Amino acid sequence: MIENIDLSLVDWSRAQFALTAIYHWLFVPLTLGLSFILAIMETIYVRTGKEEWKRITQFWMTLFGINFAIGIATGIILEFEFGTNWSNYSWFVGDIFGAPLAMEAILAFFLESTFVAVMFFGWNKVSKKYHMVSTWLVAIGASLSALWILVANAWMQNPVGMMFNPDTARNEMVNFWAILFNQVAVDKFLHTISSGFLLASMFVLGISAWFLLRKREDLLAKRSILVAGVFGLLSSLLVAFTGDGSARRVSKVQPVKFASMEALYEGKNNAGLIAFGILKDTNKKIGEKSVKEFAFKIEIPGLLSVLTGGDKDAYVQGLADHMFGNEKLGIISVPDKIQRGIVARDALTSYKRAKLINDTAQIEALKGVFNDKDFHDKYFRYFGYASINKPEDVIPDVTISFYSFHFMVILGFLFIMIFSAALYLLFRGTIADKRWFLWIALLSIPLPYVAGELGWILTEVGRQPWIIQDMMTVSKAVSQISTGSVITTFILFAVLFTGLLISEISIMVKQIKTGPKH
Amino acid sequence: MTFTISHLFLQHYWWIIISLLASFLVFLMFVQGGQSLIYSLPQNNLQKKMIVNSLGRKWEFTFTTLVTFGGAFFASFPLFYATSFGGAYWVWIAILFSFTIQAIAYEFRSKPNNVFGQKTFDLFLFLNGSLGPFLIGVAVATFFTGAMFSLNRMNQVHWATPWYGLEALLNVRNLALGFAVLFLARINGLLYIINSVDDESLIKRSVKRLITNSIPFLIFFLYFIVSLLVSKGFAVDSVTGNIIIEKFKYLHNFVEMPVVLVLFLAGVIGVLSGIGITILKKSVTGIWFSGAGTILSVFSLFLIAGFNGTSFYPSIYDLQSSLTIRNASSSLFTLKTMMYVSFIMPFVIAYIWYAWKAINRTKITEGEMNSDGHAY
Repeated sequence: MIENIDLSLVDWSRAQFALTAIYHWLFVPLTLGLSFILAIMETIYVRTGKEEWKRITQFWMTLFGINFAIGIATGIILEFEFGTNWSNYSWFVGDIFGAPLAMEAILAFFLESTFVAVMFFGWNKVSKKYHMVSTWLVAIGASLSALWILVANAWMQNPVGMMFNPDTARNEMVNFWAILFNQVAVDKFLHTISSGFLLASMFVLGISAWFLLRKREDLLAKRSILVAGVFGLLSSLLVAFTGDGSARRVSKVQPVKFASMEALYEGKNNAGLIAFGILKDTNKKIGEKSVKEFAFKIEIPGLLSVLTGGDKDAYVQGLADHMFGNEKLGIISVPDKIQRGIVARDALTSYKRAKLINDTAQIEALKGVFNDKDFHDKYFRYFGYASINKPEDVIPDVTISFYSFHFMVILGFLFIMIFSAALYLLFRGTIADKRWFLWIALLSIPLPYVAGELGWILTEVGRQPWIIQDMMTVSKAVSQISTGSVITTFILFAVLFTGLLISEISIMVKQIKTGPKH
Repeated sequence: MTFTISHLFLQHYWWIIISLLASFLVFLMFVQGGQSLIYSLPQNNLQKKMIVNSLGRKWEFTFTTLVTFGGAFFASFPLFYATSFGGAYWVWIAILFSFTIQAIAYEFRSKPNNVFGQKTFDLFLFLNGSLGPFLIGVAVATFFTGAMFSLNRMNQVHWATPWYGLEALLNVRNLALGFAVLFLARINGLLYIINSVDDESLIKRSVKRLITNSIPFLIFFLYFIVSLLVSKGFAVDSVTGNIIIEKFKYLHNFVEMPVVLVLFLAGVIGVLSGIGITILKKSVTGIWFSGAGTILSVFSLFLIAGFNGTSFYPSIYDLQSSLTIRNASSSLFTLKTMMYVSFIMPFVIAYIWYAWKAINRTKITEGEMNSDGHAY
């Protein structure tokens, strides 16, 4: 049953998860960032006592409310889809992966959902300070929830802190702190929440620019630009800094993903950083996959070596090093890893057979094998390779990885410039007259959304074919249900999410046009 | 001083936590119960708005409890998560779908330019209000009546029907619990509205509806409980560890765990007295009795499903694939780590209570609905 995997089932399950995740990420970053902007604005109101700041806070809070619920709605589906569509995954690593999800709910969701009610309905029911603290708690709750889900995701990229138990045929947690302080998790958390802060700042900046273009709500617009400009500039710098750290980390823990996002086939010393390039197919192939090369590129010589290895002579690994192995660097070839994975899988099959016929000697012997660190490091860590059919299957889609990474980085630098310009013009007192800039700010609202989605596409597509790096492929993780069922639910969710998105945008535009209450 | 905590203790501890979450979830589904009444209960638009706003301030608690229930089940009994969600696909997807449409309905329903109109979002509230409790009741009933799955040596699930869980709707006992949960949610919804809305005519109408909802609740609930007590159950053989069919298993569980029986009876009395004091004494505090009663009775039902050597998710397709709190649980290390996390729950409950009181200090009034504050 499990051995004959229906590829269309895998693809539809993957499509459904991608659909949910992409929609989820259209709403969550605004919640993450706008909640802090609201908290900052309300704090200014409480400290200064100026009613204008209350009005400003309440205006942005209305927009926050429209967006908030839809993020929750798509989030619950994501959580349960691990079970409904990836049930083999849920068992294989549920002992580790379930814990952060539960903690997210216990430690973060309750905080967020409890105090969001006070935030919306408590203006005349609780004291000013109680209300302000509630707004801060909503912001903290939102970021905390991001922490736990990103810890879970980071573990899929870089599985740590666990041990395989052949009796239960699953991985089990042995070190909680290793999972929480997984370096990938730390990078990912900081990079992701700061990208949410950035997105919300651009949202506030863009809408405020629209008010200035229409010569309405001058005070609200300028004050909002002040908060969004400062918060946005700091966030965009943090995004760039953490993004750099993330990329370095990927080069260490997921070198194949890194080589793909740089479209680096042959490893080299003095590797240049491609600021941007256009890829084209060549006649060369790795297995059945075409090798891409640059039809055009803007390259900064030596910089990739400097960024990843500390100096320009440092060697940066290419896809070929991983496919065919590189003895000098101690990299094992994919065919070799496949063989090692098969050894690990066969050991598990033998163990299960021994249990079935109660062959105690064999059971004890194999238990020893599974507890042996050497076996784990040399064989079991490649367990997932046993289900790789063709070596080139371990290479993710280079085109998608390359473009999503590079467009994201370019946008990241653009955001720093926009926020800097906004603050510069605001302090010069000329922002309302610079209509060209106001238009840029307004039209830039979608760009952080694009950058955020590109980041997730890179993270997830770049990890393929793995659901857990080197341990389990996506096709092994899928629930054995009918493809027709998944297609039906895919269509249902696609229609629902699209309808909700249209509704949200329409309501949001109307509320913005109506403006704050006077 | 050091002491060791056994895996078995933690498995029981986590089943208690799951049972508590389930019981709070069923109580908090008063939100859904109230939503299922939005067409029949209010006399005019203002009353409808008051109902929606009274429930709408609590919907996130129910939602978050459902998410926590799912997350905690995943963390503590991942084999259940993998088996039931990955097998009874359609039941869970239908539940999820109904909660998704709820989440946005409150915020969007009365906003201008919402594209689909208020009627659509009110329909979403009604659908979630009716389907949510009913389907959760049906899904929980399979803890007692069994499901159609098998597990292979690697614990991978195979579902034995092409209906992926919908076949549960063909079992009368499952339907009975589904309807019992739905009518209980409606009862609690009415009691909550009576408690939180300041409108005499709406309260009068709610009391009338309370009577008409209590009768079907009692019929479905009694049918389910009696059939449960006289039915065969899925027991774990204490010698071999195999799953065996045992006559009157759930009755035995009540008798062998008298504390659970007392909790169950106290729960039933709580629900009945909540209904009783509202109808007979015109009290507005019935929700607290009925709410506490709901929590106690659901909690004790979960305990007899999982404790005392019982399979909490039996397979009627392959008996030995049935799940117990022992074979479906996480490792000792994970359960212990999660136990430490669970110690924060009293603090969470305390701040929820604090915030709840702050918002409910004043009742929903016509004046508030007509003011320009945040309203659904």
